[in-house]
Amino acid sequence: MKKVTLLAALCCFLFATAAQAETLKILTWKGYAPKALIEKFEQETGIKVEATFSNNEEMIAKLRATRGAGFDLAQPSQDRISSVQEKFKIYQPVDYAKIDAKLFIPSMLDAVKKNTKVGDNSYAVPFCWGTSGLVVNSEKAPGADDWNALLDPQYKGRISYRLKRPTLIAIGFALGYNPFDLYSDATAYKAMLDKVAETLIKAKPLVKNYWANGDALLESMRSGEVTVAMAWDNGGWKLHADNPAIDFRAPKAGALGWIDTFAIPSKAKNVEAAYKWINFMMKPENAGYFTTQEKVATASLDANAHVSADVRANFERTFPKETIDNIKWYPPVPAKLEGMEGKILDKIKASK
Amino acid sequence: MANDLSVRELVRTFGDFTAVDDVTFDVPQGSFFSILGPSGCGKTTLLRMVAGFDEPTSGTIAIRGTDMCGVPPNKRPVNLVFQHLALFPMMNVAENIAFGLKRRGMQSAEISRKTQAILERVDLPGYGDKRINQLSGGQKQRVAIARCLVMEPSVLLLDEPLGALDLKLREQMKVELKKLQAKVGTTFIYITHDQSEALVMSDRIAVMNNGRFEQVGPPRELYSDPHTPFVARFVGENNAWSGTVEEVDTHVRIRTEEGLLFRARSHDAYPAGTRVDLFLRPEALRIEPEGKSLNTFKVTVKTILFDGANSRLLTVTPKNHELLVSLPQNRQFDYIQPGDIITLDWHPDSGLCFEA
Amino acid sequence: MKSGYRLTLWLFLAPVLLWLFLLIVIPHLDLLLMSFRGESGVGNPVWTLQNYKNFFTEPIYWRTFVRTALYAVITTLCTFVLALPVSFYIAKLARPRTRGFLTVLLLLPFWVSELVRVYGWMILLRESGVFNYVLLKMGIIHQPVEMLYNDVTMIMGLVYTSMLFMVVPLISVMESLDDSLIEAAYDLEASKFAILRTIIIPHCKPGITSGAIVVFMLALGNYLTPNLMGGKNSLWFTEQIYNQFIASFNWNQGAAFGFLLLVLSSLIIWTGLKVTRQRLGEVAS
Repeated sequence: MKKVTLLAALCCFLFATAAQAETLKILTWKGYAPKALIEKFEQETGIKVEATFSNNEEMIAKLRATRGAGFDLAQPSQDRISSVQEKFKIYQPVDYAKIDAKLFIPSMLDAVKKNTKVGDNSYAVPFCWGTSGLVVNSEKAPGADDWNALLDPQYKGRISYRLKRPTLIAIGFALGYNPFDLYSDATAYKAMLDKVAETLIKAKPLVKNYWANGDALLESMRSGEVTVAMAWDNGGWKLHADNPAIDFRAPKAGALGWIDTFAIPSKAKNVEAAYKWINFMMKPENAGYFTTQEKVATASLDANAHVSADVRANFERTFPKETIDNIKWYPPVPAKLEGMEGKILDKIKASK
Repeated sequence: MANDLSVRELVRTFGDFTAVDDVTFDVPQGSFFSILGPSGCGKTTLLRMVAGFDEPTSGTIAIRGTDMCGVPPNKRPVNLVFQHLALFPMMNVAENIAFGLKRRGMQSAEISRKTQAILERVDLPGYGDKRINQLSGGQKQRVAIARCLVMEPSVLLLDEPLGALDLKLREQMKVELKKLQAKVGTTFIYITHDQSEALVMSDRIAVMNNGRFEQVGPPRELYSDPHTPFVARFVGENNAWSGTVEEVDTHVRIRTEEGLLFRARSHDAYPAGTRVDLFLRPEALRIEPEGKSLNTFKVTVKTILFDGANSRLLTVTPKNHELLVSLPQNRQFDYIQPGDIITLDWHPDSGLCFEA
Repeated sequence: MKSGYRLTLWLFLAPVLLWLFLLIVIPHLDLLLMSFRGESGVGNPVWTLQNYKNFFTEPIYWRTFVRTALYAVITTLCTFVLALPVSFYIAKLARPRTRGFLTVLLLLPFWVSELVRVYGWMILLRESGVFNYVLLKMGIIHQPVEMLYNDVTMIMGLVYTSMLFMVVPLISVMESLDDSLIEAAYDLEASKFAILRTIIIPHCKPGITSGAIVVFMLALGNYLTPNLMGGKNSLWFTEQIYNQFIASFNWNQGAAFGFLLLVLSSLIIWTGLKVTRQRLGEVAS
């Protein structure tokens, strides 16, 4: 009997010590924590990294369910932080003294600070940026150069997009609105959404499917089932490497620009490690490696030298100066809009 | 008289095993015909072929002169009372009985009239609304038979339907079945391994063994004049000896292995020296006879098997060969105790011997 | 002595009760409370029935539910029609060894996750998929056909996913069906269809009901299959709940939908039992 008790006590002790080994729990997007960088970080700091892959909505839902516990670092998009923070208080203010500001592109750091400000505090620092636009098979859809290509009957059955808020905004642009200007006017925004819904419902016979999984979309484009899609730039570039006819194209109305950030959940256990990871990821060589791997540009100032030539070529081909200037950056989303958009999305999906 | 069922040279094999081996018989209209045999003798296979659940390997089955080859069970004018009755537990008594009539598409008024009539006939009037599990064993029996009789089959097949009943009820049902058959006049073909059921009820019995019919005849003939040692052993009780033929005249003279000498009937003309089995019914043995004959010998009483009118003595010869002897209950032999030595005698005509 | 026994009993039951209470009762109570919360005009939390009212006043919500329930019923019927001969074959006709093999064959797809199964179907059915390739090669069609993203495909996927849950209870009730009942019916001039209708189905009723309840609930609560195979034309009610929680951040509405799903599906099952004159206790035994 005594032996058993002793053994049990020993087991408890062992488990306890194992749990005490320092870990960093990151809630992020697929690809944002490459294996090689995790290993490098673990070697440098001795901190174990556990990454959980998710998307904006689920990230918010997860943190909301635990009231900001369970993770030490999250990577939401910058426009989805302030309203969520105001309502659910799931993040803690960023201590900018612990951030190595030299590593960042100053304008981007300032923009994110400004956009994630709630009260006197800001809640995020930028990590990477990219755009949503069109991925087009130019052999089969040479004319697709603006959002309205997604509604064009000549590509019937060869069109694909997600049924998510960026699509609503893109179609808003296609219909001649500027959705971002309407953010502050809920009534006008609602009117626009109704129009968008009507358009998308009418366009149902044209669209092949509403894609939900990035890899599945890439497969459909590769096989030629889809020739015009709304997707992220890096997806288009991945396809371009296999088939030069397919490429990302910024719509004339301007690609939709997003910035993903680092934000620290309010009940994070290992805040110090979170800051270490932020500064580690933003180091030019690490950020450059990430960009080369994922074809996503970062907010790291000197990373360009560490990016491979073909990836740099992608940026230069897609984003000449005037295209960059034309990017429509997502402003912070006011809280009310998301419920409204949810209902519209349900309505579109449900209708025949 | 017309035959309801004619079976000719029927054979059914399963791989190397021959379950039914060249069986031929006729069942006349309105008779009660039994097929008697030990389990595994092929009687159930034979019955299933008549019912249509199994196809013969060769040979023919004709019902009222119509060849049944390839006719499925639901198109044959025969019905089967299953061994475990197979009443439908999801239906009440009336629904069980009406089942077959409904399948014929009969008018419901006609169905209920027929159902009432048949329930009265099997002495279960007013039982129509009862659930099957509310019935006693004997009542279930009668419902199962009524369910078939209402179809007015040319031939009713019964597959050991009394097997599941307790002894008392079985005795009672034997008589009832016989009466019922006489009343409705339908041809019954009854399968059993119980010789007393067969003997009591049947007009004719076929004794079946290893897929073959050993003997077909009325009960009395099977009992008193068996044609084969198997029938002699299987129908009724019999004492048996092994011995050798010593001399042949009107009877045969047999010396048993233990040295006793008897005169008996022989099934066939056997020359002297033939090894034979001698069969002798318990009731053929007379206790303490007056006078003496060749067939007189002494035995020791081992036990008294008291069973009312069917009481017997278990006795042994000096060489320890067991013999059953009927003990008439007329108080004449009340003095006999286990251990007593008594004298037995029997008439030469009541012993029968077959070549071993 | 007796109190000692009682104590031991409670000690043994304690983990189960705790588990039930902590992981099932409490979260559900929390959700229930949440479903009655809402925001007043100025954004303050208040108690309200608005979340439930929304369901009945917004056509898109209740229509989605009706559609989901209807398709779940159709799925259940199709599964039953397919499972009946399969289970009859396995329970009554197959040799014992084949029976084991067939059961394993039925189980096999359930060793991989539902996601993998659904993607498997998508690979087969998509426009550039295996079926189209074969049909094109055989010259049966000249243009690839999109076989995904329609209701028929979705129901087929749901039936495939729920097949096992119908076959297993059916096999077990059919094994208890005495073969001689079937033969007796056959002997009493019943056709094969009449035997099915009057003997086999009434006997299998408890198994059919429990299988149907499980399949109905599985189909109703499914998320992946309708979403991935139904594609652009099918909003499933579970998806709507997910959207309320995840996309619209409206947990109160989502919780109300969740409870409506629970109550309405129970109601449908209760009605089904009433119509077929059965009691849940009989089915469970």
